[in-house]
Order: sequence, then structure tokens, then C-alpha cells
Amino acid sequence: MATPSSEEFKARPLNLPALFKEAGYVAVVVFGLTIGLVGFKTEDVPGGLDIVTRFGQVILATVVAVAGRVGFVLLRERHFIPVLIGAGAFSAAMLVLLIGNIVDADQGVGRFLPFESLVVNWLITLFALILAGRAAWFWSRARPSQVAVDREAAMDRFSAQVQRAAKYFGPLMLGVAIMLPFLPVADRRLLDVAILVVTYIMLGWGLNIVVGLAGLLDLGYVAFYAVGAYSYALLATYFDLGFWTCLPFAGIMAAFAGILLGFPVLRLRGDYLAIVTLGFGEMVRVILLNWYEFTKGPDGISGIPRPTFFGLPFTRRPPEGTESFHEFFGLTYSPLDRIIFLYYLILAMALVTNFFTLRIRKLPVGRAWEALREDETACRSIGINPRNTKLTAFSIGAMFGGFGGSFFATRQGFISPESFTFIESAIILAIVVLGGFGSQIGVVLAAILLIGLPEFFRELQQYRMLAFGAAMVTIMVWRPSGLLAHREPTIRLYPDGPPEKEGES
Amino acid sequence: MNALSHDHGGPLISVDHLTMRFGGLVAIDDVSFSGDNCEITAIIGPNGAGKTTVFNCLTGFYKPTVGRLTLNHPAKGALLLERMEGYQIPQRAGVARTFQNIRLFPAMSVLENLILAQHNDLMRASGFSVAGLLGMRRYRDAENKAVERAKYWLDRTRLTTRADWDAGNLPYGDQRRLEIARAMCIRPVLLCLDEPAAGLNPKESAELNQLLRYIRDEHQIGLLLIEHDMSVVMEISDRIIVLDYGRKIAAGTPDEIKNNPDVIRAYLGETEDEALPEVVAQDLEHPVS
Ligand SMILES: Nc1ncnc2c1ncn2[C@@H]1O[C@H](COP(=O)(O)OP(=O)(O)OP(=O)(O)O)[C@@H](O)[C@H]1O
Ligand SMILES: [Mg+2]
Repeated sequence: MATPSSEEFKARPLNLPALFKEAGYVAVVVFGLTIGLVGFKTEDVPGGLDIVTRFGQVILATVVAVAGRVGFVLLRERHFIPVLIGAGAFSAAMLVLLIGNIVDADQGVGRFLPFESLVVNWLITLFALILAGRAAWFWSRARPSQVAVDREAAMDRFSAQVQRAAKYFGPLMLGVAIMLPFLPVADRRLLDVAILVVTYIMLGWGLNIVVGLAGLLDLGYVAFYAVGAYSYALLATYFDLGFWTCLPFAGIMAAFAGILLGFPVLRLRGDYLAIVTLGFGEMVRVILLNWYEFTKGPDGISGIPRPTFFGLPFTRRPPEGTESFHEFFGLTYSPLDRIIFLYYLILAMALVTNFFTLRIRKLPVGRAWEALREDETACRSIGINPRNTKLTAFSIGAMFGGFGGSFFATRQGFISPESFTFIESAIILAIVVLGGFGSQIGVVLAAILLIGLPEFFRELQQYRMLAFGAAMVTIMVWRPSGLLAHREPTIRLYPDGPPEKEGES
Repeated sequence: MNALSHDHGGPLISVDHLTMRFGGLVAIDDVSFSGDNCEITAIIGPNGAGKTTVFNCLTGFYKPTVGRLTLNHPAKGALLLERMEGYQIPQRAGVARTFQNIRLFPAMSVLENLILAQHNDLMRASGFSVAGLLGMRRYRDAENKAVERAKYWLDRTRLTTRADWDAGNLPYGDQRRLEIARAMCIRPVLLCLDEPAAGLNPKESAELNQLLRYIRDEHQIGLLLIEHDMSVVMEISDRIIVLDYGRKIAAGTPDEIKNNPDVIRAYLGETEDEALPEVVAQDLEHPVS
């Protein structure tokens, strides 16, 4: 199946003498230019100027320039693989040296950088990267598209297997999750990270309703998280209400915010929808920041009540006339109790989210959400009301965001608009995209990967965003639907596999 | 409920003085016709004649500039389609349609496509999801019924063995039939088919003829059929309406239409012998190799 475009990317035979000639020209020109400008350098020495020679640099420059030129010609003649390997290896090595140089300028591997000038080193690396990138791009285009189709099919089959296996290792993972606080490795740090990861899993599952099922790309999910958090914080501090009373309110407020966002964007799709939702997220943050009398603006809200175990607080010395958790159960006080309780709380909330999503997918609303993602016009033609369907998706997704927000507020005890920036939306969306649209197990793995790992490798914290970006770009090129994306029909006529023979009558 | 009045009798669907303008373009110009119950009414005409636009007006995708679209629903009386919201028409008025370029839910299974067509009934049965979330009996029964209905249409369209396939993976002819099955799962009183035979091979279009006759005779509903394939049109339609440049130029039985000089002219164009420009004439004599 030779499509015209793959013809265009076919390697052409090399004309070696011409190649040598071209390389020779480049060598002569670069040598001629650099020998004077780079080869000699004046330097202040006591008693006047001295001339230092830097012939090593001249030779290096010539070699690099010739290599670059050869790479360029090879690319022009559609020989991608050697360019990809050469330029890729070179730029990777250069990047290691450069990063080493940033980490430790004097002692690290940075000493081995080829050129004296840091700018030249960076520029050369950049050029090598561009060359490698172009080679990679051509190469991916050159291969018949059948390969991509096969790979997609293979990944889909793999994802299907993972989903089927999730029936067995899901409960296992759940068991581990439930036992976690009692495992010997469980310390304060691990539990804190676990709470964080489970929070993001819950948010990912919530957003998956909007993005994965209904196909509405929402870049402002953090707005609902914020609405939930502030609803709880304000209700609790103004009216002195407890966590359990406020939780449903917070969910309702967030769902309401979801409808508020939903109305103006009913007619928008894709990129436009994404931009408006992004704006909505920022709007909510800016309102929280500027409505000082109500939200205390940038100062945030502190003294948010901690959750209680059905009225029993987790304090060492409860106020007069009340009992605390450890007293009621006759335990010795441990500060870890509260952390463990928080962990179970968010775990339960996440499980409810998961159960709800799995369930609603098989109900008419859930199916209508997916149909809306597939084709809105067709939906209309079979009598599905697109407006109501979209609004329910927005509001239910938002509701779970609101629950998550309440939890965040009670866990932190303090919230301010700073916690609800766009980057949070981006992270939650990244979890959904990486894990695979509509894949519950994918969200778990992605959250562990994107949230859990960086927490444990604090040293790598500063490269986190870099890795994030790289992961996103890779997934977009390699499998835009996400790592473990696979859609299982919500109902089957033949639950035990298709019938033996294709009935042709 | 201003879309409702009670005068029974008359044709199933009557289109009166329908005009549709897009800016300066008059896509339909004062077209009137009617379609009867238990009959296949074909709408034919050259490309761009405005056939699809008539369907889009009937099914609420476009609001007509002028005109009245009356559906005599056997159970509900006369309904004015142009006053209804597009998404209400399939359920409230019982008008179902298919699309010229197939519009299925490609990533969803064949069975799911058919169950979705029964969305509103199921939604009610699921108590707007509450009963469904609780796994109540009422919803499960309703879903089983929906599956039964889907199975019936799967049988009729010979898709039963492929019920669990993704709709998008079906061969082209199967997709066409699935779209008809999906429309029938709405339980319409009027089925509008936009070029259902496009892209089918002769064997498949013969099957299609059978299916459409079956729907007309057994389910006793009216069909509107846009079609370019004359072997289909002439064989199964009871009446034919011919559109050209948005105007109705003829109406009648297949035999009448076959011999209508206006229709022949519309299809074949003016048969004057135009002299070719010299350059083109030379090109034809010495084609580039
Ligand atoms: N939404 C629209 N906006 C502007 N013009 C439109 C629109 N829809 C249809 N038209 C125009 O109306 C005319 C009739 O189009 P229509 O699609 O109804 O033709 P048709 O008879 O179905 O043709 P075909 O046999 O090719 O399907 C065409 O000139 C078309 O360009
Ligand atoms: Mg058309």
C-alpha cells in the first residue's frame, strides 16, 4: 500500500563524491572563518597582552559543522535512520553534559562540554535536536501507515486485557490500599503521599466523566475543586457547620457552578470549549482573590474545622464536656490517627466516584454522554436532548470536583486562591489523558506515575514539568487516546464471546 | 401544546408552501407535497435540488423560512413540525431519519446504537438515573425490552451476529442497514431515508428494497425516500416527487414520472449540441500520455 506520501519519503541513493565535496567545502569555510576568530585569543597577562591559541576549538567546530552538514544532506536524501541515531545520540550526550553543568558547574560532567562558550554548546545541542526531530518526524511518516494501525490495534487489545485483568487485580489493589496504614512501611510521609495520590485519582475519575465519557474538553476543572473547597470553608467558618453537613452542600454548589459554566458553552466544541473552560477556571480564581470581604482574598481562610469521626474529634485534649476519638475507643492518643482517618475518607470518596461512574456508564444518561461525544447531530436525530445531556455531564463531573475540594479544605485546614491555579487543572487533565480517556484503571496508574513518583523523588522535583511536557507530547504522537484507552461496550448481546459462525443467509 | 390540534384524516405528512432560504440562495422554493401512510414516497432530483434540505426542515434541523409541515399522527392527531425543537421531533412526532453520509456512533457497539435510539423511554424507566443507579427492577425490565426490540431489528437487517461489534468497524453496507435499524427502534410513524442505496452493490440494494417494503407493509408506516438509484426508486416507490433547483417540477406514479419530459430534461440537461472550444477539442484529439 504505497501512498503518494510514503513515496515521497523513500530513501534516494547517495552520491558519495558530491557528499565528500560538500563536506570538504564546509570544512574549508568553517576552518577559514574560525582559525582567525576563534583560534587566537588575546588575554590580559601581567605586563601586557598575550595571545592564546585555541586550535582544539577550531578543529571541534570544523568537525561539528561537517557532521551537521552531512546530517543535513542525508536528511535531504531521505536517509533518516543514521541521522536519527547520530543526532539523537549527540544531543542526548550534550544534554546530559549541559544538565550536569547546571547541577554542578565545576566538578560534574559539565567539565567535558566540547566548547568553551556555554551559548555555543546550547546552540549546537538545539541544532542536533532539531535535526533528530526532523529525522524522527520524516521516519514516522515514511513507514506505511499500516504500522500505526497495527500498533493501535495491539495497544487496544493490550488495554482490553488490562481492563479484564483489572477485575482481579483491582480488588487486590483495593486490598492493599485498605491495608496500607497498617503495613510496616506506613509512616507519616507515605500516608501523606497516598492521600495526595488518591485525591488526584478521585479528581481524575470525576473529570473522566466530562472529558472521557462526554468528550467535553474541560481545562477549568480546578474551578469546581475551588468552589467545593470554599463552600465548605465558608459554611464551616461562618455558620459553624461540620464536615459531614457541608459535604453535600459543597457538591451541590459545585454542580451548580458546573451548570453555570455549561450554559454559555453549550454550542462550543473542541478547542473553543477548552479555551472558555480555561477562562472560567481563571475567573473563579480571580473572583476568590478579589472578593475580599467574603473570601478574605489572598489571605485565604484559616481555621477550617478538621473532620470528625461522626462527631468525635481527633485531638489530644478535647474541649470540656466532649470526648475525642481515642478516648471514646480507649486508645492511646496518636497524631497519626487523624492522617489515617483522612486517608480512609478520601479512599471512600474515590471509591464512591468510581462506583458511580462505572454504574452510570451503563445507564441511559451515561450512554447518551458517550453518544454525544461521538456525534451530536445523530443524537438529535434519535431524540436525545443535547442540552440537558451536556449539562448533566458538566454538573455531575463538577460535583465530584466539589467533593474533592471539600476534602482538600478539611485536610489542609487552610485554603487560599493560590491552591487553585490553572496548573492544577492541567495536572488533572494530564492524568486523564495519559491514563486513557474513559479508562478507570488508567487514571489510577497515571496518578501514581505523575503524582506519587515525583513526591518520592524530591530531587527531581524541578524537572517534573519537563517530564510532564515530554510525556504529554509523546502520548499525543504515539497514542492520542491515552495509554490504556479501551472502550468496553456497556451491554453485550453475547457476553461470552461472539457466536461461532457468521450467519450469511 | 400549540403544536397539537385534532383533525384526523388527510395524508400522513403534508408539506405546504415550504420555502427555505440561505442568505440569497433559495434552496427550496414554494414546494408542496404530501406522503401517505403505508406508502413509499420518493423524492428525486439532480444534485443540489434541495432534497436533503426538505428532510432537514422536516426533522427540525432547519427552521423553514416559510411553510407549514403537518404530521397527522395516528395517535396524537395533527402536529406542526416546524414549531417543534429538533430533538423533540423523533420522540414526540415519531419522525425518524437517516443521513446521506451515515451518522452512527462509531465507537459504540451495534447493540448500543440501537438501545440509544430508545433513550427517552429508558431514561424515564430509569427514574432519571436514580432507579437505575439503585439497580431497581423497573429499569432492568425496561432495558430487557429495549434489547428485545433491538434484537428484532438486528434480525431484520441481518446484523445479529455482529451485535457486539463497534459500529464504525462494520462494512459500509452494514452501516447503512444499521442506520435504518436505529431509526426504526424509535418506533416512528414516518421514516425519512436520505439515499439509503448510495454505495451499495446490486445485491445489497435488492435486499434494501425488500427491507423497505417489509417496513411499509408490516409496520404500516409512511416512508419518504431520497434516492438517486433509479432501480430502487422505480421498483418500490408508490409515488414520486421530482425537485429541480428547489422547485417541484413533477409528481406522480413511477410510470408517469418515467415519461415526463420535464423530468427527462432536468436529468439530462438541455440537449443542444454545443461547439467545444478549440483548445478543448484539440486536447480530446491528442490526449496527454
Ligand atoms: N446550511 C446551508 N447553508 C447554505 N446553503 C445550503 C445549506 N444547506 C444546503 N444548502 C444549499 O442548498 C442547496 C440544496 O442542497 P441539498 O443538500 O438539499 O441538495 P440535495 O438535493 O440533497 O443534493 P444531493 O443530491 O447532492 O444530496 C444546495 O445548493 C446547497 O448548497
Ligand atoms: Mg442530499
